[in-house]
Amino acid sequence: MDNTMVIELTDLTKAFGSTTVIKKTSLEVQNGEIFGMLGPSGAGKTTLVKMIAGIEKPTSGELRLFNEKMPSHRLIRQIGYMAQTDGLYHDLTGLENLKFFSAMYGMKGKKQKERMEEVLELVDLTAYKQKVVRNYSGGMKRRLSLAVALLHEPKLILLDEPTVGIDPVLRQSIWNELYKLKEKGMTILVTTHVMDEADKCDRLAMMREGAIIAVGSPDSLKEETESETIEEVFLYHGGGKYEG
Amino acid sequence: MRVKAITVRIIKQFFHDKRTLAMMLVAPLLILTIISLVFNGEDSVPSIGIEQVPEPVKELLKEQKITVSEMDQGDAEQKFREGSLDAWITLEDNQPRIVLEGSDPGTNQMVLNIVQQAIQSPGQKMKPDVEYFYGTEDMTSFDNFGPVLIGFFAFFFVFLIAGVSFLRERTGGTLERLMGSPVKKSEIVIGYLLGFGFFTLIQSTLIVIYSIYVLDLLMIGDFIWVLAVTLLCAFTALSLGTLLSTYAHNELQIIQFIPIVIVPQVFFSGLFDLEAISDLVSWIGPITPLYYAADALRDVMIRGLGFEEIAINLAVLFGFSLLFSAANILALRKYRSF
Repeated sequence: MDNTMVIELTDLTKAFGSTTVIKKTSLEVQNGEIFGMLGPSGAGKTTLVKMIAGIEKPTSGELRLFNEKMPSHRLIRQIGYMAQTDGLYHDLTGLENLKFFSAMYGMKGKKQKERMEEVLELVDLTAYKQKVVRNYSGGMKRRLSLAVALLHEPKLILLDEPTVGIDPVLRQSIWNELYKLKEKGMTILVTTHVMDEADKCDRLAMMREGAIIAVGSPDSLKEETESETIEEVFLYHGGGKYEG
Repeated sequence: MRVKAITVRIIKQFFHDKRTLAMMLVAPLLILTIISLVFNGEDSVPSIGIEQVPEPVKELLKEQKITVSEMDQGDAEQKFREGSLDAWITLEDNQPRIVLEGSDPGTNQMVLNIVQQAIQSPGQKMKPDVEYFYGTEDMTSFDNFGPVLIGFFAFFFVFLIAGVSFLRERTGGTLERLMGSPVKKSEIVIGYLLGFGFFTLIQSTLIVIYSIYVLDLLMIGDFIWVLAVTLLCAFTALSLGTLLSTYAHNELQIIQFIPIVIVPQVFFSGLFDLEAISDLVSWIGPITPLYYAADALRDVMIRGLGFEEIAINLAVLFGFSLLFSAANILALRKYRSF
């Protein structure tokens, strides 16, 4: 089971009108790993994640999740997606948000209630669940957003820049949560433009201008290029300047 | 220097937001043109039916700016129902009798003046019996355009609120989240209709009750039909508002739909004399939802008509809602790959 491919992209491309955002891309993400996508903004990370989440249609190429072809209604249930925008209803309470989104996944009754408490516990928001989201701090909103993405117990979690604009303490706590999820057997794909976060991933793909320029574990990437840091690896492969 | 920088920045921003620029420059011209076409059209010519009217009076009537044709009372009543006749005049025992269609106080007054002039030969005082087919003598202008306003306000506010809240769904990322969940696009649209429908029902009931019982608006027909029309009108506004919000990037652009979508409807909904509107733009009315809502509301409130007579209007409004909702479901496709 461990070696099953959770995500398989084959020659995937995406174009908006005449601009190609994702050039022919192939990628494999294995079961149970934390896979990072590193690259400057504009590299196409978000577009790639959106295609995997089923929100954006690929222009060409094939996309398979859990050995099944996307898009598929059945697969959608296996995915938890946390976008860059919080995607929360600001005039509802935290609990009301969770209730609404869990209903979208057909959850109800005791199961729904238990699951809501579980994710609230996980992101440490139990004490604030009755508060209206408008009054949440930025970090609390990010955590609630993560909680929503985890509600329906997805096997694959897609996180688009989950730590952007978040203080180091909170960033650490989000990463701790990701490790917890990994232990539970979830596969996690996380995008970031912060180099030191890339070190925390099992494997990572470096993206630049709509193409993947390198794939591997942080250590092997460093070894191959005889680099000390991820940043050097990026410079080695990309050749260009890095403007995070 | 700073003033200059601010000035330049604002001018540049305008040029980057072409739609706002166009709205500022073009919308006033568009609306003024519509207004001029609505008000500068030919004066509406009252259409009057006569029976057994003495020749001299007939001649005098024909000299007036009206259309005169012979018909009996049965025909006249039929034409009143169709809305193609304004008055019917006859002579009973040497006493002129005028039956007015009655739903528009302005037209009533105009017809009465014309007829009085025609039959008032010098030295002869004749007071005609005046009857009203619809409405009463006491009917005010508010009674005439009040029903249109009920429809208008229900439409206007629901359109704005629905448009903005659906827009927020997109800009706040919640729509994206929904699209990543197993929910069906039709479920979102129907959910919106029902959720807003709840408040729309309250709003419509309140508007109708207040207008009739507090503002004393003329109300002859059945309350339930007024409510039904208002509700359907609001549903149309709701589905149109959510549909158009797809084409707006921010709240300002929703507001910009007002001069394009709302204002023209007002001109063609019957607040102004529809018969006097220039042929150049008279086709606009029948493609706007408010036209049907206003017509049905007047039919019920002023003319006391029931379901059979407003069924077509209700069906058209329902059709509009259905059409806009279907278009909205299609528009949502761009937010999802399946």
